[in-house]
Amino acid sequence: MVTSGDFGVNDFAFKVATVNGTGSASANGLLLQALFRMGIPVSGKNVFPSNIQGLPTWYEIRVNKDSYTARSPDFHLVVAMNPQSYGRDIEEVVSGGWILYDDTKPLEEELVRDDVTFLGLPLAEMCVREFEGSRTRILMKNITYVGALVALLDIDVEVVKGMLQEKFSHKQHLMEANFRAIEMGASAARERFDCPLPIRLERMDATSDCVMVTGNAAAALGCVYAGATVGAWYPITPSTSLMDGFTEYCERFRVDPETGKKKFCIIQAEDELAAAGMVIGAGWMGARAFTPTSGPGISLMSEFIGLAYYAEIPSVFFDVQRTGPSTGMPTRTQQGDLMLTAYASHGDTKHIVLFPADPKECFEFAVAAFDLAERFQTPTFVVSDLDIGMNDWMIPRLEWDDEYRPDRGKVLSAAELEEAESFYRYLDVDGDHVPYRSLPGVHPKGAYFTRGSGHDKYGRYTEGSDEYIEVVDRILKKVESAADSVPEPEVLAGSHGSNGAGPSSRGELSNGAGPTSYDARYGLVSIGGCHWAVLEARDELTRRGLDVDYLRVRGFPFNQTVEDFLVGHERIFVIEQNRDEQLRKLLTIETGCPKEKLTSITYYGGQPLSKGHVLEGLAQHIDVPPELLPAGAAP
Amino acid sequence: MSYITKPVARHKGDRTNGLGLTTRDYEGSMSTLCAGCGHDSVTAALIQAFWELDVEPHRVAKLSGIGCSSKTPTYFIKEAHGFNSVHGRMPSIAAGANAANRDLLYVGISGDGDSLSIGLGQFCHAIRRNVNMLYVLENNGVYGLTKGQFSASADIGSKSKKGEVNRQGPIDPVSVALTLGATFVARSFSGDKQQLVPILEAGLEHDGFAFVDVISPCVTFNDHVGSTKSYAYTRTHMHEVVQTDFVPIRSEIRTEYAEGTVREVKMHDGSSVRLRKVDDDYDPTDRHAAIEYLGSVADQGEIATGLLYLAEAGEDLHRFSATVDQPLVSLGYEELCPGSEVLREVQKEWW
Ligand SMILES: Cc1ncc(C[n+]2csc(CCOP(=O)(O)OP(=O)(O)O)c2C)c(N)n1
Ligand code: SF4
Ligand SMILES: [Mg+2]
Repeated sequence: MVTSGDFGVNDFAFKVATVNGTGSASANGLLLQALFRMGIPVSGKNVFPSNIQGLPTWYEIRVNKDSYTARSPDFHLVVAMNPQSYGRDIEEVVSGGWILYDDTKPLEEELVRDDVTFLGLPLAEMCVREFEGSRTRILMKNITYVGALVALLDIDVEVVKGMLQEKFSHKQHLMEANFRAIEMGASAARERFDCPLPIRLERMDATSDCVMVTGNAAAALGCVYAGATVGAWYPITPSTSLMDGFTEYCERFRVDPETGKKKFCIIQAEDELAAAGMVIGAGWMGARAFTPTSGPGISLMSEFIGLAYYAEIPSVFFDVQRTGPSTGMPTRTQQGDLMLTAYASHGDTKHIVLFPADPKECFEFAVAAFDLAERFQTPTFVVSDLDIGMNDWMIPRLEWDDEYRPDRGKVLSAAELEEAESFYRYLDVDGDHVPYRSLPGVHPKGAYFTRGSGHDKYGRYTEGSDEYIEVVDRILKKVESAADSVPEPEVLAGSHGSNGAGPSSRGELSNGAGPTSYDARYGLVSIGGCHWAVLEARDELTRRGLDVDYLRVRGFPFNQTVEDFLVGHERIFVIEQNRDEQLRKLLTIETGCPKEKLTSITYYGGQPLSKGHVLEGLAQHIDVPPELLPAGAAP
Repeated sequence: MSYITKPVARHKGDRTNGLGLTTRDYEGSMSTLCAGCGHDSVTAALIQAFWELDVEPHRVAKLSGIGCSSKTPTYFIKEAHGFNSVHGRMPSIAAGANAANRDLLYVGISGDGDSLSIGLGQFCHAIRRNVNMLYVLENNGVYGLTKGQFSASADIGSKSKKGEVNRQGPIDPVSVALTLGATFVARSFSGDKQQLVPILEAGLEHDGFAFVDVISPCVTFNDHVGSTKSYAYTRTHMHEVVQTDFVPIRSEIRTEYAEGTVREVKMHDGSSVRLRKVDDDYDPTDRHAAIEYLGSVADQGEIATGLLYLAEAGEDLHRFSATVDQPLVSLGYEELCPGSEVLREVQKEWW
């Protein structure tokens, strides 16, 4: 906890508890956007139910001047707008914090805590007085609490008004109503309370090079930039917005202005099996094709994934993970599909998997996935999660190199086929395990039979042991050789980067080899969306003199840097969001590291990881400075 | 070795088509199906149809699922790409392939297990989506490849080789296709090449999903007395409702028709299909009447055959998706990537 005089300025977390389907989502979006536009690093986590209307929903916002934006469960303020969840919401405020609630109805006695400050405003009553119609009143109540927060947290009201003007530029009456609600909330708060609170905001200039976007929108745009033309899908939370995004961007950038015709084809399939089949069919034809889904979809697609693997058909799968098994908790996050995607389908299979940690990497890895899928002629997965995919993240502005051209891999043209003496689909001509491919309709000499049944290197059906083994052995080598082409792991060693002024890294795609020797005793290994919490925890340890190195896996198969990191430390802590220690198991299966060396720190309750999970987990095994741990958590 | 290359023997005097190719140029590998299997006759009919239509071999894409029937694409047009996919899922592969490259001629071969059990969903949705392809269901009432279990097209009362009697009602693919709005629905018999070839030709030319259910007996597991999908049973119970003649653009009319009995339907490429009603009160362009009539034929224990329903194809996958006229695979990357300037602009919307 920061103890300096400016306690709480641009460094706190708060959450808004509402009922879903009441329009609070747009009010909360407005809040987040306002803070971002004030130049303050911020993150928003939408904790929503798998339901359309009437259940509790929360929106968590963390502001942090040092750009630590992993989830923080230490809420200094709760805006408690839902009596259904009062009990839990009031309990979650840190001691010394504040609760803003609607005191139109008095709070039940047993809910009252004496170590926090209750800020009651008769929001419902105010809205009844000010607005007509029950729907408007419900909607305006949300804007009214935003107004109260304007006063309580010192949000720049001009920023808020500016956003409302943009939003309602064509709906004057709505804009006025929103303005009134903001003013009403703000002045009511100023009348009753000492505004602003000690937790408050001050303008900064830390977001001007950044944008705020969801991982799914960024991934969708990545698919457009990669040149994907066929997308097939079956709706499933939390991946749906990826295809929504692809549709939106294609409608904007891929429609022939003269004819109005589309340079893309999106098919809403009858199920995920069909979606996978469509991607494979399109990939076979030579199109860049993809499907976004979540764990249940990958389960259904498994048979097809094996086909694409064995028949060597480029195909891209986005798995926006949610909490499993089975339907699980569809609106909560997890990293439960690491094993599933690495080895999806029956028989011996192994796949290229990329693990973005934020929307920036969702964009970049989407493009990389199509290149890898075509270069290695194999299914390629981009595995994110609900937190990355659906929440708004602050990321450095995306860049694009106009020199980029897709890597289509070894595809023979009609002229090349015409000249070739012979063409055999699965022959390792270049000795790099990647055979040449021909596309249907191009040249009679390119014709061959694509099949998921046993085939020899000439592409002919076989039930012969040697012929079969020759092909599957080559495929294994081919996929393993992709280890040096997937995004390099990000390595932070020693006190590198931990200068006390914010996260010590933001990964850049690089393909340089990592260090081969390390000084620190301990190493942390993590993956995907865990990154930001791990980084924050590690920085705190480093500042207190405990050096721990850190490696974030960004691609599978693992390369030598991963192996060297494991070997180079006395003990490794593997931090991940699933019960079964899937990353640790993958590391033990796929590297030479003895498994005793690897200790897992897992969290799998469905919320994004926070630094407390990491520090408490580490404290079970090593000496963590007690002041970094919540009271009572030290061993 | 289980792969058998078929020697290409060209005989003097073999007739050539408009491309100068003989029927042998439309053949594939040697069949490994049981001698007498109905599926091989379907293959022969397909070869004939492709040859007669002057189809460029490498412009065909052959797809199938899994089963004896699904092996068929190996046995015709070796110069075309083939895709022997997974059981029951060929329609989705075909849809994706067609979405990517609309310029090829798609032919999908399936079985009754493949299309009516494991793949019933995909079959239905391919019809709904109106994927432009010829879809041939080689229907033998059993699972051939897994050795003789009843399939979903087995009739009530039909006996298996082991003597079991099937008690579950069949799924009739023709009724399914008609109900779901298919615009080309036919049934034929592998043993009646004269009927089958023009139907396949018309199906290949049809500008949308063309469905052909071919009774194709399994000599090994379902050709015995008591089976309703045997050669003998099919021959004796076949009821040709409509006779079909396919007239390619260049060809002269070969058959003479009595006045008033023929309905000519133009295909999109200028060729035409002539439908000659054998049953006076049958109208192959009236979907509802067709469903009712075919039901009554079935009730009499007969198998209605012919091109049973034909209509304008209507919107196919590409038309309702409003895709560009050229195949998506032919679009250059420059046409697909919006570039760095647009990326800067888009990000202004990202707060
Ligand atoms: C997922 C899956 N389940 C089961 C099988 C086994 N199998 C192969 S072919 C077949 C039935 C084929 O029957 P049909 O489609 O009627 O073809 P036929 O052999 O009769 O021509 C089955 C069940 C399989 N290949 N895949
Ligand atoms: S088992 Fe039946 S369907 Fe299969 S090849 Fe033999 S005859 Fe044909
Ligand atoms: Mg069968």
